[in-house]
Amino acid sequence: MNNLDISYTRYLDPEGQVTTELPAFAQEQSKLIELYRRMTLARRYDGKLTAMQRSGRIPSYAPELGEEAVRVGYATAMKKEDVLLGTYRDTAAMLVRGVTIDEDLMFWGGDERGNVFAGPSEDFPLTTPIATQTTQAVGVAYAFKLRDEKRVAVTTIGDGGSSKGDFYEAMNFAGAWHVPVVFIIINNQWAISMPRERQSAAKTLAQKGLAVGIPGEQVDGNDVIAVCDVVSRALENARSGGGPTVVEAITYRLTDHSTADDASRYRDPDVVSAHWKNEPLIRLRTYLSESQAWTKDDEENLITTIDQEIEDGIAKYEAQEDLPPEAMFDHMFAELPMDLKDQREAVLAEFSKSEENGYG
Amino acid sequence: MAELTMVSAVCQALGRALKDDKDVVLLGEDVGVNGGVFRATEGLQEIYGADRVIDTPLAEAGIGGVTVGMAAAGLKPVAEFQFMGFIYSAFDQIISHVARLRNRTRGRLSCPLVIRAPYGGGIHGPEHHSESTEAIFAHIPGLRVVIPSSPLRAYGLLLAAIRNPDPVMFLEPKRVYRTVKQEVPDDGEALPLDLCFVLREGGDVTLVSWGAAVAETLAAAETLSGMGIEAEVIDVATLTPLDMPTILSSVEKTGRCVIVHEAPYTGGFGAEIAARLAEKGLLHLLSPVLRVTGYDTVIPYAKNEHRYLVSENRIIDAVRRAVAFPEEP
Ligand SMILES: Cc1ncc(C[n+]2csc(CCOP(=O)(O)OP(=O)(O)O)c2C)c(N)n1
Ligand SMILES: [Mg+2]
Repeated sequence: MNNLDISYTRYLDPEGQVTTELPAFAQEQSKLIELYRRMTLARRYDGKLTAMQRSGRIPSYAPELGEEAVRVGYATAMKKEDVLLGTYRDTAAMLVRGVTIDEDLMFWGGDERGNVFAGPSEDFPLTTPIATQTTQAVGVAYAFKLRDEKRVAVTTIGDGGSSKGDFYEAMNFAGAWHVPVVFIIINNQWAISMPRERQSAAKTLAQKGLAVGIPGEQVDGNDVIAVCDVVSRALENARSGGGPTVVEAITYRLTDHSTADDASRYRDPDVVSAHWKNEPLIRLRTYLSESQAWTKDDEENLITTIDQEIEDGIAKYEAQEDLPPEAMFDHMFAELPMDLKDQREAVLAEFSKSEENGYG
Repeated sequence: MAELTMVSAVCQALGRALKDDKDVVLLGEDVGVNGGVFRATEGLQEIYGADRVIDTPLAEAGIGGVTVGMAAAGLKPVAEFQFMGFIYSAFDQIISHVARLRNRTRGRLSCPLVIRAPYGGGIHGPEHHSESTEAIFAHIPGLRVVIPSSPLRAYGLLLAAIRNPDPVMFLEPKRVYRTVKQEVPDDGEALPLDLCFVLREGGDVTLVSWGAAVAETLAAAETLSGMGIEAEVIDVATLTPLDMPTILSSVEKTGRCVIVHEAPYTGGFGAEIAARLAEKGLLHLLSPVLRVTGYDTVIPYAKNEHRYLVSENRIIDAVRRAVAFPEEP
C-alpha cells in the first residue's frame, strides 16, 4: 500500500537557517560552494541570454530566474551515465550535465547544431511539445533495465505539463514496468498565465504518482541541498531496482514565461516581488557566509570568473560559421534519398547567387 | 474607423460571436486573463466572463475532447490551440470524432465547433512553432479547413465558421497576424465558406495560394506585371471542401497555373489542386502546373528559416518557366 501522506523536504529556510540536520554531502563546504557556483552561473547566464534576446542577438529564450536550485540540484544528483530528458527550461541543468555555453547558445540562436552536445552525448535535446519527453524517459529506462545497466532516466515537467495525458501515461507505464526513471515536476506555480491552483484540483502534484502506485514527494525547490538530497535518494532507489519516483519541486517563476511574454498582464507584480525573499541563491549564500565559508571577495571573484566564462562561450559561439542553406537536407535520413536531391539542388541554386540578387 | 491587423480582426469576430450568440464559448490555454499569447482573445474574458472565455488546463487531448462534448451538447465552442505544433495530441478527437460524429450518428449528433490554431513559419519561433500541416487536416473527410489571408477575410470567414453547423479547422497564418492593417467594420457580416477569392485579375497565368504565402504571391504578381506578365491571383481560403470551379475557370482563361504554399511539397494541398487540373483542365493547359512550396525537410530553426520559406523570387522564376514553356525562360 502507498503512504498517502506526501512528505516535504527542506534543510535551509529562506533566511539561510538550517531547519533539520544537513545530509552528509552538505556537511562538506566545498560541495556547497560548488552548488552555489553552479547556481550563480545559471543566474548570470540566464540574465545574459535574456539580454541577448532583448537586443536581437537570439530570437527567443525561456528564462529560469528563481528556479536555479531545482535544475542545479537534480543535475548535480545525477550520475554522468544517467540520461536527462528535460523541457525547454532546463538550461541550468544542461550546463551542469556538461553542455557548453557555445553549444547551448547555438540552440537558442536558432541553429540545429545546438542539439549536438559533446558532453552528455546520450541526453535528449530539450523538448518543446510539453510532456512528450516523459513517456520517452520510460522507454529509455526500460532499455537500461533490459540491459541490466545501473542507470536512471530523469525527466522534468512543469506544473502545467503535469496536466497532460502523456504525463499520466508515463507514470503509469513506469509503475507497471517498475523501471528506473525519476519524474521531477518543476512546480514554478505558473503555466504562462495559468496559476497552479487553477491547473488542477489536486492538493499536491506529487500525489499524482500515488494513483499509479509509485511514491511521490515534495521538496523545497529553492533549497538546492534539499533538491539534491531528495533526487539523489530517488536516483539511488531507481538504480538499485526500487522503481520510479515522482518528485515535486516547489519553486517560483520570478520573471516572464518567455521573452515573448509579459507577465504583468496576468499577475500582480507585488506578489512576485514578495517571492524574491525565497529565491535560492540568497539563502545558500547566507548560510555559507554565516559558516565563515564565503566572503564578499569570494563572491566578487566568482562573478568575475563566471562572467568571463560566459563571454568566452559567446565569443566561441559567434565565431562559428553559419549553417549553409542546404543544411536543412542533412540528417533528414541517414542518407539523402534520391527524391530529395532535386530539392537540395534547387536550394543550392537559389542561394549560390547572392541572397540579395532578385527581381524585386 | 480604426484599421485592424489580422489578429485584431480575429478578436473582433470572436467578440461579435460571443455577443450575438449566448451558446458561443471560447476555450484554450491562456485565452482568458492573458487574452491569448497572440492576443486573439484580448479583453474578451473581461466582457463575457470566465465561464464563456475559458482558460483550460494544459492538455490538448482534453481540449479536443471537451470541445466535442460541448458542441454535441448544444454549445458552439471555439477552441484555441496555442500553436498548430501542439494540436497533435488532439488528433484522436479531431480525426476520430470531430470529423465523424454527424456521419456516424446519421445526423443525430453533430459538432458545430471551430478549432483555431496559429500556424506557419516566419516569426523566428522556437522549434515546433513554425510548421504548416494544413494538408493533414484537409485529408480527413468531414473536416472543413479554412485559412484567411487578410484581416477582412479573417473576420468574415471566422464568423462564417462559427455559424456553420459543422466543424471548421480555422488555421491562422501568424506570420501575417500583424503585417497588414485594413478597415474591418464590425458589422457581423460573414463571408462565404467553400469559395475561393479572386484577389487580382490577369490573363497570362493563374497563381493559386492561401495563408501567409498569398502576400508573396501578390507581390510577385505586381513584379511580373512590370515584366509584361499579368497574373490572376486566387486565394483558396477554404481548402476543403474545395471550390474547383473558380480555379478551373481561371485556368481556362490563362492556360497556366502556379500553386504557391508554405507547406512541404510532397502531399501538400497543392498536389490536390494540380491533380484536379490534370483531371478536369488538361485541354486548357499550355504548360505543366507548377508548384512553389516549402521543401520536404523539417522547417529549419530560426537562422535558416528564411531559406525554406517561399520567396517572391521563386514564384517569379516558376511563372517565367510556365510562360516560356516549352522553351527555357
Ligand atoms: C503540448 C504543448 N502545449 C502548449 C505549449 C505552449 N506552452 C509552452 S510553455 C507553456 C506553459 C507550460 O507551463 P509549465 O508546464 O508549468 O512549465 P513552465 O513553463 O512553467 O516551466 C505552454 C502552454 C507547448 N509548448 N506544448
Ligand atoms: Mg510552471
